[in-house]
Amino acid sequence: MAKKSYRQAISEALRQEMERDHRVIVLGEDIAGGAGGDAEQDAWGGPMGVTKGLLPLFGRERVIDTPITESGFIGAAVGAAATGLRPVADLMFVDFMGVCFDQIFNQAAKFKYMFGGKATTPVVIRTMYGAGFRAASQHSQCLYNIFTHIPGLKVALPSNPYEAKGLMIQAIRDDDPVIFFEHKAMYDMEGEVPDESYAIPFGQANVTREGDDATIIAFGRMVNFANTVADKLSKEGITCTVVDPRTTSPLDTETILETAAETGRVVVVDEAHPRCNMATDVSALICQEAFDKLKAPIKMVTAPHAPVPFSAALEDLYIPSMDKIEAAVRSVTGKSH
Amino acid sequence: MQLSREDLLKAYRRMVMIREFEEAVHEEFSAGSIPGFVHLYAGEEASGVGVCMHLNDNDYIASTHRGHGHCLAKDCDEHAMMLEIFGKKEGLCGGKGGSMHIADLSKGMMGANGIVGGGPPLICGAALTAKTLKTGGVAVAFVGDGASNQGTVFESYNLAKILNLPAIFVVEDNGYAEATSSRYSVAGSQVNRGKAFDIPAVEVDGSDFFAVWEAAREAVERARNGGGPSLIHSRVLRYYGHFEGDAMTYRPADEVANYRAQKDPLMQFRRRVTEAGLLDGSALDEIDRSVKDRIAQCVVQAKSAPEPTEADLLTDVYISY
Ligand SMILES: Cc1ncc(C[n+]2csc(CCOP(=O)(O)OP(=O)(O)O)c2C)c(N)n1
Ligand SMILES: [Mg+2]
Repeated sequence: MAKKSYRQAISEALRQEMERDHRVIVLGEDIAGGAGGDAEQDAWGGPMGVTKGLLPLFGRERVIDTPITESGFIGAAVGAAATGLRPVADLMFVDFMGVCFDQIFNQAAKFKYMFGGKATTPVVIRTMYGAGFRAASQHSQCLYNIFTHIPGLKVALPSNPYEAKGLMIQAIRDDDPVIFFEHKAMYDMEGEVPDESYAIPFGQANVTREGDDATIIAFGRMVNFANTVADKLSKEGITCTVVDPRTTSPLDTETILETAAETGRVVVVDEAHPRCNMATDVSALICQEAFDKLKAPIKMVTAPHAPVPFSAALEDLYIPSMDKIEAAVRSVTGKSH
Repeated sequence: MQLSREDLLKAYRRMVMIREFEEAVHEEFSAGSIPGFVHLYAGEEASGVGVCMHLNDNDYIASTHRGHGHCLAKDCDEHAMMLEIFGKKEGLCGGKGGSMHIADLSKGMMGANGIVGGGPPLICGAALTAKTLKTGGVAVAFVGDGASNQGTVFESYNLAKILNLPAIFVVEDNGYAEATSSRYSVAGSQVNRGKAFDIPAVEVDGSDFFAVWEAAREAVERARNGGGPSLIHSRVLRYYGHFEGDAMTYRPADEVANYRAQKDPLMQFRRRVTEAGLLDGSALDEIDRSVKDRIAQCVVQAKSAPEPTEADLLTDVYISY
């Protein structure tokens, strides 16, 4: 199997789906780049180069550079989805959802239910999240929790290149609005990615490690941190199950509950702020459904309740670290150094 | 009103300060000493300074992601700014904001902004305060050509007009929003957009300090006298990439070089004031030298200044868990 980056994996998914279905279009700010200028077209392919190469293949009819009008073009993608296209819109940084949230949560999310099941809205909104880029408070948030709260939206959080391709293909084929979260620190991450097209079903968690002592449930980029910690601890004889839920909506509650019950010792890792996040959500689920199986209080490892700071020194303290995950596992297992 | 010799020296000093500051940041970013997203204002100096020469600490401005120039034009401290861009504890915002969020409310600088189109509504608010509390102040929003398409901008035009706010919208059109040309992204013209709201609107050559200064004089006077909002469409060019690290393949190769040779705002200013006998070259040379030294000193100090520590992580947020 070929090694591909997270960037290439998403790009390949988009290309293959655009080839397969002429109703799939991509749109966003500088999704190609160079529009109206006198030099290179397709100059950017989005800020991270994910969509570079689509313009020469599909033309400006299907690869649409938009003005800086998130309310306008995200809303247009939603409207186009409800009327026959299958748009993949690039919101760039998830922080910008502040500009266009109405079109997502009052419009896209609600059509199907509000209209008595008569509408489908197959729109994908790609967006970057996460800290680590020294990009400061307005370009570093992890807002997937907010979307997860809204009935009608699906939320995908691919944790590596293989996941990214399969989840993107599923997102495009899905008839509901999908918010597709790409961690900005992962675009260069490489992994095995099949050339052929494949879809990873939503709501089916991936168990990336199996162990007896603790269960770590982690989201997005944090899955990789959890895997590394699990590998390190296994050398000491502390073995962990690691669960990547893949999508926060729908959430694979079954796998979460099963794996939590198996070890009875649970750590939940979420890069978001500590209140009303996936960590609190999953902890509540386990407490409600599997309280009798718990052998220790659940530990949450999250970012602090503060905006993301610019300073490198502060941002490094801000992001949930592998050290903190390791400490949490040691704490729930009672196995210190 | 005419520009005094003192005003001219101050204007030139501020423009040179911006240029030197941005050149230094460009170098330090390339060398890897500055992290994050950095957007430089080099090339656009006459626009920000031409406007801000009419303002005092009682007046507010809201800037954009390309904020260093507006900060310096509004008299923010260059030393504290440099420390902020290096993410240091003694930076203007304690190292928590960085390039995209430099602010100094005591100077009437409401912040650079990471959200395109974030500033104009805030400026309506600052203008509302000025009007309600009769402070005599005005408020200015700088808006990029790309930002000019954002709904918040049109909403602000409307709000400012119907509330007769002392607000000024300066659309700094450098031809591009990231890699997209304003020829593609902007329907209609900036001036007509203002006029559609019955807001007096003019277009100026933003590389010409005197043209900007004159247009801003009228707009600020109108605002101070209760005449409501104005719009200035200022045509400029940025010398560097959208952000530092941008390969700029969407621009013709000679675009910046030609502009620098023919229209550089500092060069134009110098030529104009020396030819008219308003200032002599040696006074300007002296400013060039002293500003260069000052910026070099800021960089040296920024490099060795202390980083924030863990104790700073959770300050200025009212509660943490
Ligand atoms: C709401 C929002 N959308 C998109 C962006 C990403 N972005 C940052 S700067 C920029 C281009 C802005 O262009 P313009 O307003 O012309 O300002 P310039 O960079 O030319 O000074 C874009 C799209 C953003 N920061 N905020
Ligand atoms: Mg621009």
